[in-house]
Amino acid sequence: MMLSRTADHLYWMSRYLERAENLARLLDVSFSLSLLPQSQGARAEMRAPLVITETLDRFSARYPKITAEALLQFMALDRDNPASILSCIRHARENAHAVRGKITVEMWENINATWLEAKNFEANGIANVGDFFDWVKARSHVFRGIAYGTILRGDAYSFIRLGTFIERADNTARLLDVKASLIAQANKENPQDAQDYYAWSSLLRALSAYEAYVEMYREGVEMRSVTELLVLSPRLPRSLCACLDAICKIVAQIEGDNGRLVQREAHLLLNDLRFTEVDEILEHGLHEYLSECLVEINALGNTIDEAYLRVA
Amino acid sequence: MHQIDLPAQTGFDEMLDRDHSIRPHYKPFFDWLNAQTPAMLGQRRKEAELLFHRVGITFSVHGDESGNERLIPFDTIPRIIPAEEWQLLEAGLKQRVAALNAFLHDIYHHQHILKAGKIPAEQVLVNAQYRSAMCGLDLPHNLYAHIAGIDIIRHGDGNYYVLEDNLRVPSGVSYMLENRKMMMRLFPELFEKHAVAPVEHYPTLLLSTLRQSSYADNPTVVVMTPGHYNSAYFEHAFLAQQMGVELVEGRDLFVKDLKVYMRTTAGPKQVDVIYRRLDDLFIDPLVFQADSSLGVPGLIAAYRAGNVVLANAIGTGVADDKSIYPYVPDMIRFYLDEEPLLLNVPTWQCRNPSELSHVLANLDELVVKEVHGAGGYGMLIGPKASKAEIEHFRDLLKANPANYIAQPTLSLSTCPTFVEEGIAPRHIDLRPFVLSGNTVRIVPGGLARVALQKGSLVVNSSQGGGTKDAWILEA
Repeated sequence: MMLSRTADHLYWMSRYLERAENLARLLDVSFSLSLLPQSQGARAEMRAPLVITETLDRFSARYPKITAEALLQFMALDRDNPASILSCIRHARENAHAVRGKITVEMWENINATWLEAKNFEANGIANVGDFFDWVKARSHVFRGIAYGTILRGDAYSFIRLGTFIERADNTARLLDVKASLIAQANKENPQDAQDYYAWSSLLRALSAYEAYVEMYREGVEMRSVTELLVLSPRLPRSLCACLDAICKIVAQIEGDNGRLVQREAHLLLNDLRFTEVDEILEHGLHEYLSECLVEINALGNTIDEAYLRVA
Repeated sequence: MHQIDLPAQTGFDEMLDRDHSIRPHYKPFFDWLNAQTPAMLGQRRKEAELLFHRVGITFSVHGDESGNERLIPFDTIPRIIPAEEWQLLEAGLKQRVAALNAFLHDIYHHQHILKAGKIPAEQVLVNAQYRSAMCGLDLPHNLYAHIAGIDIIRHGDGNYYVLEDNLRVPSGVSYMLENRKMMMRLFPELFEKHAVAPVEHYPTLLLSTLRQSSYADNPTVVVMTPGHYNSAYFEHAFLAQQMGVELVEGRDLFVKDLKVYMRTTAGPKQVDVIYRRLDDLFIDPLVFQADSSLGVPGLIAAYRAGNVVLANAIGTGVADDKSIYPYVPDMIRFYLDEEPLLLNVPTWQCRNPSELSHVLANLDELVVKEVHGAGGYGMLIGPKASKAEIEHFRDLLKANPANYIAQPTLSLSTCPTFVEEGIAPRHIDLRPFVLSGNTVRIVPGGLARVALQKGSLVVNSSQGGGTKDAWILEA
């Protein structure tokens, strides 16, 4: 049992940190792809982060065209862009600040230090793009590790993890959806010059899933297997199925009777992911399937909000 | 050998005697200090600053858009108080707080002290801090100020004086605890050389005091904060965590059937004791400021129904008001039939024409304060003020004399302190925290504040003051 507002801050603390990490993953890939020679899809690759974060309009209003430099400025350290990595870290830290008594000293010191270092990047600029993205990912990993290693098992830990997995499920679905449509688009425009391999493997790398893919499929990287891995595999920690499985286990542990509807929705979604075949998804249309998933994940987020987090 | 100077003129220094010899209780510290190189000490000070920043023991500066937070400067030379002096302080503080609680109960009930003519009735009853909502309300154990922070200074004559009683929401206890933790981390060897009385059990005492304030079985206690934009938010969160209770904001609570509940992930849970860290006027929009979004509608009704305890009680401010302060020695005599153990600073009440004319004639020597002022704002320090400032205050005094009191300029004692040029004497005070439950308890220590500007007498953190660890030596 804990204050609804406290649960809300813990949940959003970890959602924002997960969001910062996912953004770094996404940008890292977009940047490395845009550096490939003769990459026809470079422009499209750089649009992807803006599409996924729904900030294309905001970006276009400020920058005449999408360049690597403008994109980095906007998505990494722009205070005025609520979706930037800096903004996400700031929100995460503010949420942690609001409940600093409910997280361990190590967790607070870590997230506070992340914010102070982010401000250093803001003041001094980013010398090496890759190093910066690695830094964001590492800070998120370290925070998760500290939480895992220090905080009392109970509702606080449950809401922290709930935030992580809801955000991660949302992100994996969006990332796969946008990438798949980018690749389809590129294939339509240049059927002879398919960039499939690079595009799909970059997506896998963005989700730290490349090694898992190679181990499980041992074949050329192609859409069907990638979809199966990222949507349906219970073994890949960032797949939709794994995220929902985690969510179901977490909500079962939350104290009290407020969560019946949350459990119901989460289990329905998990069952669907557990028993659907990848060919059924492709037949139905990947975009359609993922769009429905996103709607349901969003609805699950709203149900969690109403059941546990709503303050007034 | 470190160069340590005495204050100019006739001030009292905590470490040095007038003839420049080290006072006996500072001798072990002084010997240790002289064995340290300035480089090592400098490095330790840097370390302390870094740690405080990392831990985030900061206070937010009002209106700073960038969300910057400032550190309150921490000085590594402790204020050391010998056991026999503390015994006097402790007894005097207990006596004083007992009288103040008796006074609060009296003025919200039979008003014996007013009827006896000890205090002019209008000074209490039309005081802006008097809350008629409290009239006739019986509180558990007749306690009003469960937590009191009493500001004490040592004057040039070597005596301790009470400068101010803080009975509303006194803050600073987290610095007392964190400063001790920091000193033990930086200089563990010092604690082997000194028998320093521990302060770490304050949160445990605070929780037991709060639990004792309610007649409920196994009462649920919460800390109530105005929110994380409040300058003392760190302390609110710190105390809630140390006590293992919820830190709530107004929006986390609601009142139903005259009972107070908090909203939790498992549904509503009744609250029995609220350690509230916001002022009376924000606490219930139905009774006080209607536009306050920080409070809880209906809270005062639940309070008056006896279903929840507020610590401190509503309306304690009338007892720590500077216009009431001069009467505290009389309260001690009236309620306890004892002579006050601690000295009050002589105070002129400008509301009285004869005292006003004395004040106006001696503005360049006196300290003038607003009766409701706090935080070192709205005061005149005559000897340090310019002609224009003095004339400005003369106009203010004439326009609204009842709003001011005046006191002689006290020479707050000094303690050697690290400053840019090395070690120099700086003025200090001490705020011990007095907890009133079934018994009155005080952890041996307090918030020791230091005015870091040379010659300055204003120790408030909002005015650039710093803090020190305060050591009470065990007998």
